[in-house]
Parts: sequence; structure tokens; C-alpha cells
Amino acid sequence: MNEVLDTGNKDASQDEEKRVGVFVCECGVNIGGVVDTHAVADYIATLPGVLVTSVNKFTCSDSGQADIQQKIKEHNLNRVVVAACSPKTHEPTFRACIEEMGLNQYFLEFVNIRDHCSWIHMWEKEKATEKAKDLVRMGVERAKLLEPLQASEVPVIDKALVVGAGVAGMQAALDLADMGFKVYLVEKEPSIGGRMARFDKVFPTNDCSICILGPKMVEVARNKNIEIMSYSEVQEVDGYVGNFKVKVEHKPRYLDVGTCTGCAKCSEVCPVEVPYDFNEGFGTRKAIYVSFPQAVPLRAVLDKENCINCKACAKTCESKSINYEQEASFSELEVGVIIGAVGFKTYDPAPRGDYGYGKYDNIITAMEFERLLNAAGPTGGHIVRPSDCKEPIRVGFVNCVGSRDKETNIYCSGVCCMYTIKNAQLLKEKRPETDHTVMYIDIRTPFRAYEESYNRARNLGVKFLRGRPVEVTEDPKTGNIKVRVEDTLAGEMRNLEFDLLVLGTGVVPNEGINKLQQLLKLSKATDGFLMEAHPKLRPVDTTIDGVYLAGVASGPKDIPYAVSQGSACASRATILLKNKKATTEGITAIVNPDVCVGCEVCIPMCPFQAIKMDEQAGKANVMKALCKGCGTCVAACPTGALEQDHFKNNQVIAQVKNVFRFEEVPA
Amino acid sequence: MSADAKPDAGGWEPKIVAFCCNWCSYGGADSAGMGRFQQPPSARIIRVMCSGRIDPIHVFNAFLEGADAVLVTGCHIGDCHYVNGNDKTKIKYKFLEHVVHELGLEKERLYLNWISASEGEKFANFIRDVTEEVKKIGPSPLKPEGVA
Repeated sequence: MNEVLDTGNKDASQDEEKRVGVFVCECGVNIGGVVDTHAVADYIATLPGVLVTSVNKFTCSDSGQADIQQKIKEHNLNRVVVAACSPKTHEPTFRACIEEMGLNQYFLEFVNIRDHCSWIHMWEKEKATEKAKDLVRMGVERAKLLEPLQASEVPVIDKALVVGAGVAGMQAALDLADMGFKVYLVEKEPSIGGRMARFDKVFPTNDCSICILGPKMVEVARNKNIEIMSYSEVQEVDGYVGNFKVKVEHKPRYLDVGTCTGCAKCSEVCPVEVPYDFNEGFGTRKAIYVSFPQAVPLRAVLDKENCINCKACAKTCESKSINYEQEASFSELEVGVIIGAVGFKTYDPAPRGDYGYGKYDNIITAMEFERLLNAAGPTGGHIVRPSDCKEPIRVGFVNCVGSRDKETNIYCSGVCCMYTIKNAQLLKEKRPETDHTVMYIDIRTPFRAYEESYNRARNLGVKFLRGRPVEVTEDPKTGNIKVRVEDTLAGEMRNLEFDLLVLGTGVVPNEGINKLQQLLKLSKATDGFLMEAHPKLRPVDTTIDGVYLAGVASGPKDIPYAVSQGSACASRATILLKNKKATTEGITAIVNPDVCVGCEVCIPMCPFQAIKMDEQAGKANVMKALCKGCGTCVAACPTGALEQDHFKNNQVIAQVKNVFRFEEVPA
Repeated sequence: MSADAKPDAGGWEPKIVAFCCNWCSYGGADSAGMGRFQQPPSARIIRVMCSGRIDPIHVFNAFLEGADAVLVTGCHIGDCHYVNGNDKTKIKYKFLEHVVHELGLEKERLYLNWISASEGEKFANFIRDVTEEVKKIGPSPLKPEGVA
């Protein structure tokens, strides 16, 4: 069997008598309702080295923690095992608890008997209890081998990077900047503003979206502490909490942003017309253009793909800003924290042709409707149907397109009910002669003034029909859309005809989410959005220290929620930025130079270049500041010279051995 | 309890040692709990920081001590918290498979699986499937007598 290797930093703690205290938590009935906690404690008390066991209703509570501290004192404990929930949420609590009593925080062993036992064996109480005994025994034997470690402190660069300048990212940047920190705000589009800049009006107040967003965009641009990097993308992220090195690519606009005034005269003379993406493909823009009238920064951008190189823009430009030879440039940033506010995109019904979208002209998405409704949109605010540009009278709205559907996304996008209610209201107000029918599964109106907005739509005469269309066809003569739908409240089939059908498309993850996930090694949930460190208690933190998430990047949200998260991120980040230091785990790899033969197998194993050869001695050397403590080099070391603190071979194997119990075989 | 120990008893529950990485598969096991995805009480999870830390010696030890199956789990390829520790796990696993085969153990006793922190249901299904497979072939031939 594997013997304990002398790692060179052995300390007295390994020679002293191991005095273990075990604290079994009932977590109310979460654990206690399934696992016989007293039976577990009684069994564990029979193990050598266990001086005391205790069962608490809530070990994490004040009294539970006081019990641990009191027993440490009473029994002079030097190792503590807590059998409760997940170390991923509660380990820091108990580490702090034992540290207060003068114990090294790494003398805590956390055993998960809730998430990994009581919650998943709810109807097998006896077996769950036996399993809990095994798990705690494994923990006790590991605890006896734990060694003291020191968490290290690293300095924090007091600058922040915000990725994505939608409303959430802008709020985060503004709050941090107002607290005095330098912020780099990186946006991939030519202008900041994000999706909100494209909305016509916002629910439930129906105020003009750009009218409330525009001033905020200007505020961002004016703030001396914010450096906007528009039309730029993060390409590489290196480093760790407090010390991230970020490489940002500035895509070429093919003009000098320093001299361009955004007068858009270049656009006027450009002969090329391409579908206008800002208007969801309705109308056209030129090959050189300003993305929208309120763009920040107000600068043109040349779309090289569609440029025919006629040089008309260069001839017109008074400030001689056009530069066809411009190339991408790069910035290297050093920041202490990163806030990801990379946003989302709306579900695209085209590939699946949901409800005939893409097949029939007069079916559009809500986002397209939004642009048509906008006074600055392609029709100057007139809702017209694509087939004949006539203003529709009968308008149908279908909700949950790309949401709450096993075929697409099972989650609720949360915003579609409200924006459909808003859109129907707005058109009804503009043209009272119109007739609206909303086809829905459920109408969801939580939060302030949402239900009132729903009632208002009903009072305006918007009809709500509970049911999903089963068949959508087109009348080839009129271009009208015929919908067969079951009215599930009345229990009958309805055949309806609309001049225009609007699909309430949901919210889906965008490419930015995937890119940020890869760059920062974040976790992604099954819905495709990024995962927070804890869904309830750490909603804007991630599992990566110093990295936070705001807005729809971590799941569908409405505007107030996204803005709150922007502020929340700024607040969380300020803890690091203001303290100017961060604590990092003391878990790193260590080399025993007496055993190392200098074979260099470990060196390419490390993705952080933390192992270098000490050329003189011919031995590997781990640089603690760079080591992130994954232990991959340790498993690769052929001589056993490498070890990982807190996950030493003997510690892991102690757990492995104690999975099993030796039982007397009846004669 | 003693009934568990008897391989021929109907209620025999295999013992499966599951190595999980801190960031993904351990989180997946937590998510299984949060989602109350019921699973057989066969697995004993051992947490390491990265699947790259899982040393063949840990796996061999598990079999020699009496494991009926061993699971090596980590983040999906490309999602590793430590850039690419799981790529190295994958390479090591090939070696493990060979040795475990040489030891005379059936292929149903060793598994590699990538499970993200959100895939609670996948984790539970994995444990259920492996448990069923192992129940079909019975206790490990390497299990020392008297070990439960």
C-alpha cells in the first residue's frame, strides 16, 4: 500500500494524537427525516480517535456552531468533521467557526449526507442511514490525516472589466466607476446599449426604451472612470482573482474614431444597401453607417464585407477619417475583477419554421413587431404586414414560442407574457380599430404593476385565449393567416383568421455566453445559460473568484432584475477592489526534492506553467503563486515526488479504504 | 445491514466508488440532491479538485478494497475549471481500462463520464444505470471476504 511520503513540510500536527469531534446535522427534517442521525453518531463514536459526537437540528445555526466551539474547548479537539449539506455552500462557514477556536481551518472535513444521501434516498431510510455511516467514517479517517495549510493573500488590481454593455453591464460599470474604480467596458457591437436599445417601449410602464436608456448611455460615455471599448471582443483571459490579464481585440471600423464626428454624411453617399440588422432585417442600412441615431460612441463603422470599394465615403468625409487599410488592434488589460454581462438573443423560429414562420410572409416575431412599432423604425412606427404593407386590423399573438416546450426550451423566458401584453396595448392605443387575440398557455405577471398592465390590456379589449395553435396556414389569395386553436377554457376548437400573426419568441443564450464560458471556465446550466455560485445566496457570484454575472447571461430576466444584478455585481466586486487583497486557497502541489528525479513529466501537465525545472538541482519546482491546485501533475508523477496539499494520496486512499467495512462472516 | 453483505440476498446493494471533481461532477451530485432525483444508495463519492487528480492508484485501491465498480467523473471536455485536466483524465483512463481488464474485471465495473454541475438528473441516471449493470454481474471477484 501507498506509504505516506515525506513531503518536506511535515509538521508536528502529524505526530500529535488525533482528537476528532463529529457533528451530525439534521438540517431540520432534510437529513433527520430520512437518516437516523443518532444511529450515525452512535456508530461513529465507536471509531478510534473520535472523542465526541453531537447531533444538531441545524449545525450551521448559531447554537450549532457554538456547540462545535464548546466541544473543541471541552475535549481539546484538533480535527472536526461536520456531516451536513454540501461543502460547496457551507465549508467556509465551518472553516471560520473552527478557526475562531485556534484550529487551522484545513482541519475541517465536510461530509455531505444531505444532497448525496438523504435527499436522494428518501424512501430507503435504512440504507440511507447505512450509507451515511460509511460517508462519515470515510470523513473521519480522512480528517485524521489532514494537515495544516495557510491560505495565501494576493494583491488585487483595483480595476474592473465589464464584458457586455447592455443595461446590466452599463449599470455595473457606472456603479464601480462612481465608487472610484477604473472600469473597462467591452462591447462587441459598434455601440453600447445592448438589446434594450432596440426595444420600442418597455413594460409595465410603456415608457420609451431608448428615452430612458439613452441618458444612461451618455452618462457611461461621460464618466471619466469608464473606458468604453466598443466594437471590441475579449480574446484571452489569463491569471486569477485580483490579477487577471485580458487581451481585447478592437475590430477595425475602417475609420479613425478620434476624428470621426458621427455626422453620417458617409452613409448618405454610400451606394450599397444591406438589410438593417438593428431593425431585425427590416429596411436597409448602408455599408458605412452609424448603428442607430443614439449610438454611443457616435461613430460610423464600415462593413467591409459589403463595401464595394467605390471610395465615395472617403471623398465625402470632411474629417478625412476613412482608412480602408485599418487593421484590428489589441489591448492588454490588467484587472482585478471581471463582470460578465454578455446578454442573450431572442429565439429564432426560422430553422424549425415554428407556426409557419419563414414560410408565410405575415408571421413576424415580437422583436420584429417591436422595431415596426418604433418611431425610428423602418416604417416610422406604423405596423404593417410584410406581404402587402397594409396596416393589419386583426392581429394574433402566440406566446411561448421557443419557451416551455420540450421540443425547444423547457424553461419559461419570463418576459414574453408581459411584452405581448405591452405590444397589444400599444397597437390598440395607436389604432383602436384593431382587434387583438393573445394565445397563451399561462399568463405570468409577477412583480409590481405587471398584473395591472394585464388588466389594462383586457380593459382595452385585447382578447386572451388559453391554447396553443395546432395548425397555422395561409390564405394564398389574401395572405391572411388562418389559425386553428383549441380554446382550452371553453373546451372547443376555434378557427381564427388574422391579418398578422406575431410570435412571442423566448430568450436564448447567445454566442457571447459560450465564449465567456470557455474563456473563464464558468459552468453552464442545462438551459445553456451560465451558472451562478449559488442559485439563492450567491446569485451574481460564480465559482471563479473575482468573476461575477449580471443580466440574462445567467438566465432570463426582465430589465429591473438585470439592472439590480448590475449593481449587485458592482457591490460584490467592490469588496475585493476596496480591500485590495483576496484570499486564495492554500491547496497547491508540492515537490519532494529527495524523490524527484527530474523527468519533467509534470511540466507539460500544468496548464498554468506553474512547474519549472530547477536547472541546478535537476528537480521540479512548483511556484505556489501560479499553482491553482488541480493536482493533475500529482497523478502524473511517476515517482511519487509530487503531492497535492489537502488531497494527498494517503488522504484520498483513507477515504477509499473506508468506503468498506469488514464484517465477520457468520460461520 | 447484514442482508446487504450477502451477495445472494435480493437486497444486495453494490458498493460503487465515485471520484468526482469539485467543480462539475460533485456539483452534479449536489444538483441531483437539490432536484431530489432518487437513485440507489450504492455510490460513495470521493471529492478531488479535478478529475486530473484521480490517480490510477486510487482506482486500484478501490477495487482491491472491495469496490464493485469505480466511476471516474469530471467536467465536460472544454469546460475543465483547470483548462484541460479532463483531457489528461481521458488519456489516463485508457490505461486504467487496460489494467482493470488485465486484472480480470468486467468492463461493467469501470466508467468514465462527464457531468456538469447542473446535470443532476444525468448524475442520478448514471448511478442507477451502473448499479443495475453491476447487479447483473454480481459482486466484484476481487472483493475480499467479509467486506461490505
